[in-house]
Amino acid sequence: MSGKQKNSGRPTAWRLFVNNRLALSGLVILSVIILLALLAPILPLASPDETAPAQRLIRPLGDGYLLGSDHLGRDLLSRLLWGTQVSIAVGLSATIVAAFFGSLIGLVAGYAGGKVDNSLMRGIDMVMAFPYILLALAIVAALGPGLMNALYAIAVVNIPFFARNIRGVTLGLARREFVDAARLSGKGHIRILLTEILPNVLPTIVITMSTTVGWMILETAGLSFLGLGAQPPQADLGSMLGEGRKLLFTAPHVSIIPGLMIFLLVMSINLMGDGIRDVLDPRLKSGALSRPMAKTEDARNITPGNRDQKTGTAMEVMNLRTEFQVGQEIYKAVGGVSFDLRPGECLGLVGESGSGKSVTAMSLLGLVPTPPGRIAGGEVRYEGEDLLGASLSRLQSLRGGKIAYVFQDPLSTLHPLFTVGDQICEAIRAHQPLGRAEAWKRAVELLNKVRIPNAERRAHDYPHQMSGGMRQRVGIAMALANDAEILVADEPTTALDVTVQAQVLKLLKELQRESDAALLFITHDFGVVSEICDRVAVMYAGRIVEVGSTDQILTRPAHPYTRKLIDCVPVMGRREKRLEAIAGLPPVVNRLPAGCAFADRCEAADDDCRKGELLLEEMSDRHAVRCRKAKEAA
Amino acid sequence: MSSYIAKRLLYAVPVLFGLTIIVFLIMAMIPGDPATAILGSYATPENVERLNRQLGLDKSLAEQYWIWLGNMLQGDFGRSYSLNRPVLDEVLERFGATLILAGSALLLCSILGLLAGVYSAVRQFGWGDRLITLFVLIGISLPSFWLGLLLILLFAVEWKLLPASGMYAIYGGGDLPDLIAHLTLPAITLSVVATGVIARLTRASMLEILRQDYIRTARAKGLGERRVIARHAFKSALVSVIPVIGIQAGFVLGGAVYIETVFQWPGIGRMLVQAIATRDILLVQGGVLIVAASYVLFNLLADVLQHKLDPRLKT
Repeated sequence: MSGKQKNSGRPTAWRLFVNNRLALSGLVILSVIILLALLAPILPLASPDETAPAQRLIRPLGDGYLLGSDHLGRDLLSRLLWGTQVSIAVGLSATIVAAFFGSLIGLVAGYAGGKVDNSLMRGIDMVMAFPYILLALAIVAALGPGLMNALYAIAVVNIPFFARNIRGVTLGLARREFVDAARLSGKGHIRILLTEILPNVLPTIVITMSTTVGWMILETAGLSFLGLGAQPPQADLGSMLGEGRKLLFTAPHVSIIPGLMIFLLVMSINLMGDGIRDVLDPRLKSGALSRPMAKTEDARNITPGNRDQKTGTAMEVMNLRTEFQVGQEIYKAVGGVSFDLRPGECLGLVGESGSGKSVTAMSLLGLVPTPPGRIAGGEVRYEGEDLLGASLSRLQSLRGGKIAYVFQDPLSTLHPLFTVGDQICEAIRAHQPLGRAEAWKRAVELLNKVRIPNAERRAHDYPHQMSGGMRQRVGIAMALANDAEILVADEPTTALDVTVQAQVLKLLKELQRESDAALLFITHDFGVVSEICDRVAVMYAGRIVEVGSTDQILTRPAHPYTRKLIDCVPVMGRREKRLEAIAGLPPVVNRLPAGCAFADRCEAADDDCRKGELLLEEMSDRHAVRCRKAKEAA
Repeated sequence: MSSYIAKRLLYAVPVLFGLTIIVFLIMAMIPGDPATAILGSYATPENVERLNRQLGLDKSLAEQYWIWLGNMLQGDFGRSYSLNRPVLDEVLERFGATLILAGSALLLCSILGLLAGVYSAVRQFGWGDRLITLFVLIGISLPSFWLGLLLILLFAVEWKLLPASGMYAIYGGGDLPDLIAHLTLPAITLSVVATGVIARLTRASMLEILRQDYIRTARAKGLGERRVIARHAFKSALVSVIPVIGIQAGFVLGGAVYIETVFQWPGIGRMLVQAIATRDILLVQGGVLIVAASYVLFNLLADVLQHKLDPRLKT
């Protein structure tokens, strides 16, 4: 491990390691143990083999024996330190032997590929088919008891771990361009392996070593404990423990102390190993992800009480703000969004990815993952109630009941291990007091309703057995299970083929009309908007920049961003109309500029556009826009 | 399903063959000439040669293997010279005791590991989670043979709650409660490391699964959190943890060697240690083979179970 401080910008591996408190404490404990073991020859200690029959089995802290003495009157502290030395040396040697041969096998197998790889790995698989310790026992049985033989045995049984890990990495590297280049330049195989591949494989070797060395120390100690490793007068921690075991009832300290040392040694090494792994290969870091809670955190300063909702609306969203906190940065994904949703209407929420439209939809019923998400402000009114502050049980009674969601990618949003019928049943039974059989019948009806052929049979299918279009129909059936008043569809057709897209869209529209539910339809595609939506709200950088009827927006778009989005839609038969991507990128929502967020990508923008706060202002009947220029033009 | 089990059993055959080859090769590594070892160093070359012929050692290694394998397939594992009885009889008798110990340890670590892992993930960063993480950290670093001694000191010597050794009481006993009393300490000791490994993995896998889209779907359906975790998330976690439990079976079966020695459990592990000490090679062979074969079967079981839970694997 190199403690070099290279550049100060990115944290070095060493810094990352030191920041890991557990790993650091492992390092400290291990350093102390190693230091003491190394200093054993010069510390003022009795010889580990010096017997003193008169001083037998003295308890710790007694009579000049810090850790007591054993059955021959030998000083336990001295024996402990010398034994630790032996145990560490043996464990480390076993690790090096295993790493050398295992890496060699892994490198050759991964580099050569084909038959060589196949036969080598078969052999490795065979060895791994053995219970680990048993194979070591068999080897010791053949070679005879002894510390060196125990070392070989433990090394051999650990070779497969190295071979497998190294082979995996080598296999990926061997087909990379730089290896091809080296081969073309006439380098021999051995040189390529040593100069091109080995340096790239080294981190994996180090990780595997750091995660196995603790085991190897433990297992060699184990063999010695069984009397198959170190033979008297030679002693390692394991054999001390094994000898002391005979005195367990009369003098427990003789066996407890060496065992404690093995434990401390192995634990400190494991702590360090985890730390090294996290630094060298952050992808393997386990459990670092935080788990999303059942409900988005409500971090609003003021919780609004119940007040009357705007009449004639199924849902009223006012000044909704949702943030994500990642480290010290706060991303304002939704920065004050307001809209109404009326019964039976379809409102499109349109914008590029990252505009905050999905987060807006998820915020309505607290489905934004916390952490890192939280509701920072605003209100969502449903039947006069503020949903953002509602209890989890209240939200659960609404979710999938009066307010239901259809999600984007039906392969990842349906549970892979349950049949679709089962999943619909579950949705029904979450809100209706139906028995299993009745719910199943209802589920099949729903599948029929979304026009899945052979619904009765297909209800027994698992999601992976269906096509994308079929899966999305299942998603829709699930949303319809409890006669929702409000449907929220988050890009329901984006993951589908164009032809299937049209079918699913048509189905959704029909079913919505039939049930008279309000539909909040989230999409980035104005082509889809014109098919299904009555009104449209265009979002940019977490805010609505224009809202109006579909007709108003499509024929008289006022915001330059809306115009560009509409221009993105390819029109059949009009060649000259090219698919035009919008130049530039949307602003990062943790550092929003003052004034208009779109100014940097807008051709008409001037200095005044980058000042102050822009309001969403009504231009004509229920057509509002957040743009100075548009307002002036009107 | 049954066709899959049959296929999987068929795959196990070459693995079992591989095991016999490895065991045979290891035993062939034994240094020195067995005939000289038996006859002593003053034996005449003729006598050594004759004995070699009798033992079949003048034949090629491959031939020796075939003869050895043929004998084993007919149930002839040879005769243990230290116990003076057929190896197979002794091994089968001992194996039952090991299976009881390893089986209960495996059951214990699966249940405890899964529960702790799920709880830890659900209460991430809470006190329960920290405590479990700490226990896991300690558990996977504990030398099991040392832990066994500590438990004996506490439960058998200090508190006199449970017996310290053996499988049954010498006088009286022999019934199930007696067995359970004797089994408790060794089974707990044997399961500690595996519990830690399983808990750690379950936690990581639950945390990853709880971020999946289908969990959001389950919540969006209005399901209670208990159901989301116990049914939707747990089933997925189980699918990824079961193969690990299969691998842990190997560590438990191997670790039984230590635990049987510490608790004087009359199983294969303790027999092996004694056999190695007395250089009773045929007994070692038989013992190693039967435990290795049972590990193959444990893994097969895990495979079948995983297959049953995950419909995507059936194609």
